[in-house]
Amino acid sequence: MIHQTETIAAIATAMNNSGIGIIRISGADAFSIIHKIFRPAKEKDMQQVSSHTVHYGIIMDGDRIVDEVLVLIMKGPHTYTREDTVEIDCHGGMYVLNKTLELVLKNGARAAEPGEFTKRAFLNGRIDLSQAEAVIDVINAENDFALKSAVTQLKGSVSEKIRKEREVLLEQIAYIEAALDDPEHIEMDGYGDTLLPILQECRADIEALLANADDGRILKEGIKTVILGKPNVGKSSLLNALLGQDRAIVTEIAGTTRDALEESLRLNDVVLNMIDTAGIRSTEDVIEKIGVDKAKEYAKEADLIVFVADASRPLDENDREIISIIRDKKVIALLNKQDLEEAADREELKALLGEIPLIETSIVENVGLDTFVKTIREMFYRKEINFNDQVYITNARQKSALAAAEAALDKAVDSIAAGMSEDFFTIDMMDAYTQLGLVIGETVEDDLADEIFSRFCMGK
Amino acid sequence: MAYIKEEYDIVVVGAGHAGCEAALAAARLGKKTIVFTVSVDSIALMPCNPNIGGSSKGHLVRELDALGGEMGKNIDKTFIQSRMLNTSKGPAVHSLRAQADKQDYSRAMRKTLENTDNLTIRQAEVAELIVEDGRVQGVKTFSQGEYRAKAVILATGTYLKARCIYGDVSNYTGPNGLQAANHLSDSMVENGIPVRRFKTGTPARVDKRSLDFSKMQEQKGDVPIVPFSFSTDPATIQKEQVSCWLTYTNEETHRIIRENIDRSPLFSGAIEGTGPRYCPSIEDKVVKFPEKGRHQIFVEPEGNYTNEMYLSGMSSSLPEDVQYAMYKTLPGLENVKIVRNAYAIEYDCVNANEVLASLEFKKIKGLYSAGQINGSSGYEEAAVQGFMAGVNAVREIDGKEPVILDRSQAYIGVLIDDLVTKENMEPYRMMTSRAEYRLLLRQDNADLRLTDIGHEIGLVSDERWRAVQQKKELITSEVARIKEIPVGANKKTQEILEKYGSSPLNTGVTLDELVRRPELDYEKLLDLDPEHKDLPQDVIEQINIEIKYEGYIARQQKQVDNFRRVEQRKLSPDIDYKSISGLRLEAGQKLDKFKPLSIGQASRISGVTPADISVLLIYLSKEGK
Repeated sequence: MIHQTETIAAIATAMNNSGIGIIRISGADAFSIIHKIFRPAKEKDMQQVSSHTVHYGIIMDGDRIVDEVLVLIMKGPHTYTREDTVEIDCHGGMYVLNKTLELVLKNGARAAEPGEFTKRAFLNGRIDLSQAEAVIDVINAENDFALKSAVTQLKGSVSEKIRKEREVLLEQIAYIEAALDDPEHIEMDGYGDTLLPILQECRADIEALLANADDGRILKEGIKTVILGKPNVGKSSLLNALLGQDRAIVTEIAGTTRDALEESLRLNDVVLNMIDTAGIRSTEDVIEKIGVDKAKEYAKEADLIVFVADASRPLDENDREIISIIRDKKVIALLNKQDLEEAADREELKALLGEIPLIETSIVENVGLDTFVKTIREMFYRKEINFNDQVYITNARQKSALAAAEAALDKAVDSIAAGMSEDFFTIDMMDAYTQLGLVIGETVEDDLADEIFSRFCMGK
Repeated sequence: MAYIKEEYDIVVVGAGHAGCEAALAAARLGKKTIVFTVSVDSIALMPCNPNIGGSSKGHLVRELDALGGEMGKNIDKTFIQSRMLNTSKGPAVHSLRAQADKQDYSRAMRKTLENTDNLTIRQAEVAELIVEDGRVQGVKTFSQGEYRAKAVILATGTYLKARCIYGDVSNYTGPNGLQAANHLSDSMVENGIPVRRFKTGTPARVDKRSLDFSKMQEQKGDVPIVPFSFSTDPATIQKEQVSCWLTYTNEETHRIIRENIDRSPLFSGAIEGTGPRYCPSIEDKVVKFPEKGRHQIFVEPEGNYTNEMYLSGMSSSLPEDVQYAMYKTLPGLENVKIVRNAYAIEYDCVNANEVLASLEFKKIKGLYSAGQINGSSGYEEAAVQGFMAGVNAVREIDGKEPVILDRSQAYIGVLIDDLVTKENMEPYRMMTSRAEYRLLLRQDNADLRLTDIGHEIGLVSDERWRAVQQKKELITSEVARIKEIPVGANKKTQEILEKYGSSPLNTGVTLDELVRRPELDYEKLLDLDPEHKDLPQDVIEQINIEIKYEGYIARQQKQVDNFRRVEQRKLSPDIDYKSISGLRLEAGQKLDKFKPLSIGQASRISGVTPADISVLLIYLSKEGK
């Protein structure tokens, strides 16, 4: 089988939906990996315990405690994938769950491809043939999602940075390779001295990206959403109503850069990152507290703005000012308090809003909320709203690719230091280039040949 | 009506570097073979550069030699200068290159062909393929001769509807004014094989007596000379060598080119064929790299019995008067006399995506193609394809599996995989950077890698095969032995280390740790190893490489293991990809078109995603049960 010898791991429970979750590890090294990172409450060798047993203890990252967990040991072939399998039941929330996964990956597992457990289950004969079609659907769906989250999500500054690093690397590789292929025309002796600072800078940049990925922003997958409106229009009611919906699942996200918290809110398949400014959930009003400048700032960063107006009061300068700030953004407007007598000038509001969809709601009476949620989902699927530009390294797959790129550059630097010849440098540089490509969803194809031919004058 | 009817096992169309190897391989494997050429005087002609080998091409020749091909032996007989390139770099990119006496090269190859049993040489233009029920049955010549055969190998080089362009004028001829083959491509199209137009070019040849070498830099051959063929005894080929010469273009040259660029058929649009980027004409270089104030031009002898010199780096399709004007600006060429003009040549070739990795056409059984017709360029690239096509045609007739080298086994594997799997929009040249596992695919170990396969094919003698087995054993046992030899930090050791500028030892080590140091090697340390045996030079070379680059080699070997796992999942050419549910439409079409032989090859087709590969794997296991 294609990956059979490799051990894979992933978070097996849905992301963003609860404070507890399970990490599943499958493959030949599953037991040796858990042995390295898990300290059972009662001393025992995790590689020797009997199959299908549960063990209580702590996950350790060196000397540091990561989480209190339950570990389930299952020996193949009596497992889902028919391979040796370990499940770690974490309780410490998403952040800790991710940390634990990273630890597992660091100790020898590879991040599972989308649908890979199911795929292995099938390939190892665990799932019967009639389910094959469903498996393919799973893989395709997961693949689409992975592509979306790996590529489109990363469109902003991070992918820009990675693309830049790749360009730098490719340029250097092409120079060396061109010189190797045409030594009589292109001179390269002592090139290591030129290359070393370039590789070190590249490595430092990647290290910085990895550091960023570590500070918790890793979890911020979703549409950055802010609710704006003048005092007492029902912003907090809206949020609370959304939070209270059966399908809405909320997770607190720690460690964001700003003093405000963000809440991840999942509406079916759409994840909203609600910017919980200092008072959204209290009855205090946002505009007063944060001021128009702050509102502008949030509006600038947000992918989606929910503007709430009060139908029971006439429109005023506050409304007009907010609308002027958000006009060119993706906005959904709510005319709330439909349960009260209407005093706002609906025609003026429509004129001010222009193309912006306006939904009539009565949040306290749970009227119009379904339409609101539906509108968000439609905008998302029509790709009118997208994940924000400021997303960082969002998942463990991308992180492990970045870490691999970093390690490859270390090896290239080592080769320079060891006085190896130039052709050895490019082996690891190419590896780094490929790994960086995985982060942003670009493959190698014929980049190198193209680069060589476009930059160098080769041959007879 | 055909008035001649003959029967053969194998027909080879063309006697260039691909055709010669194909014909020799087939005949030596016992098949009754006929090779057609438009001119018997042009067998193994070198119409372009006067050398064999060079970066990565030297690898191809060595590999071909290990498998039982002829090119390495032939250049060893006929070279006039030899150099190992890139010796200051790692062993993976060392490349042997030899200047050939072109006429000698051609004559020696012709002699070999003429004296090979089962092989008939025939001067005639093959005009038609005979295809019945999806299988090739032979060919017809322009003069209506009919030659029936079980397999046909097309090695037509640049001759199909060839057109040579010299600035404003063009001739419908093959290289060197030889007759073009104007009919066969029509027959190919009629049989469902589309053709396309590629282009390449060659520089002028000039009269040695008109050159002033005192204004150029001399470039001498290596001493001692390293042979190409593993079966050539180095002692037998040490000889007086001829020099090459280096001069440069300058601003004045570039000015003349720029002022006349509108007269270049490449820029005016008079040439429709796609040219290679790696071998640009001088006008291409000047236009594409305006910041370069000068370009290197190597002046290389064409042979011992001619005054013609090849202007390497100066290929051009500018008109004759412009060529003269620009050459005269080069130091040493002020009074140059041209013997033959530079020209560009356009020709019909096929998209190698039409052939399998065995080089057999997907649509027509028994029909193979090799060399420039497959969109490659270069003598060496052609030769290895010719050999593989010849071998596989024989095996197909004998009902055996084709020999397909993969990317981890040989540059030959990389070359053919790239040709048949990727979309190549220009003539394809081998490069070391195209080989992912080049540290393992060295020119120095081609015999260790491929002699087994050559022996299995039947073109390597038992004797040579045994010699290579012995060499392998020597290397393995000696590497293991020196890893066990302790070296103390004593006076003798420190003296030897000091002698080679290596830092002294603090504690004892094993000998291999010292061999690993860049400034040391196995031979320098023999005094520390009183029990050493006398080993041949080629064995010592391998020991040094294996120890010095052990870490890198191990890493690449691991990558190869991963690669092999995927490569070993075979795909039948009969799979109907469009019927596999879950496969995206684009992927299904691509896979249907390419008919990859393995999951690995499928994954290299552009437009096939990892998700598609998962679907394929599922399909495979479903079918397998």
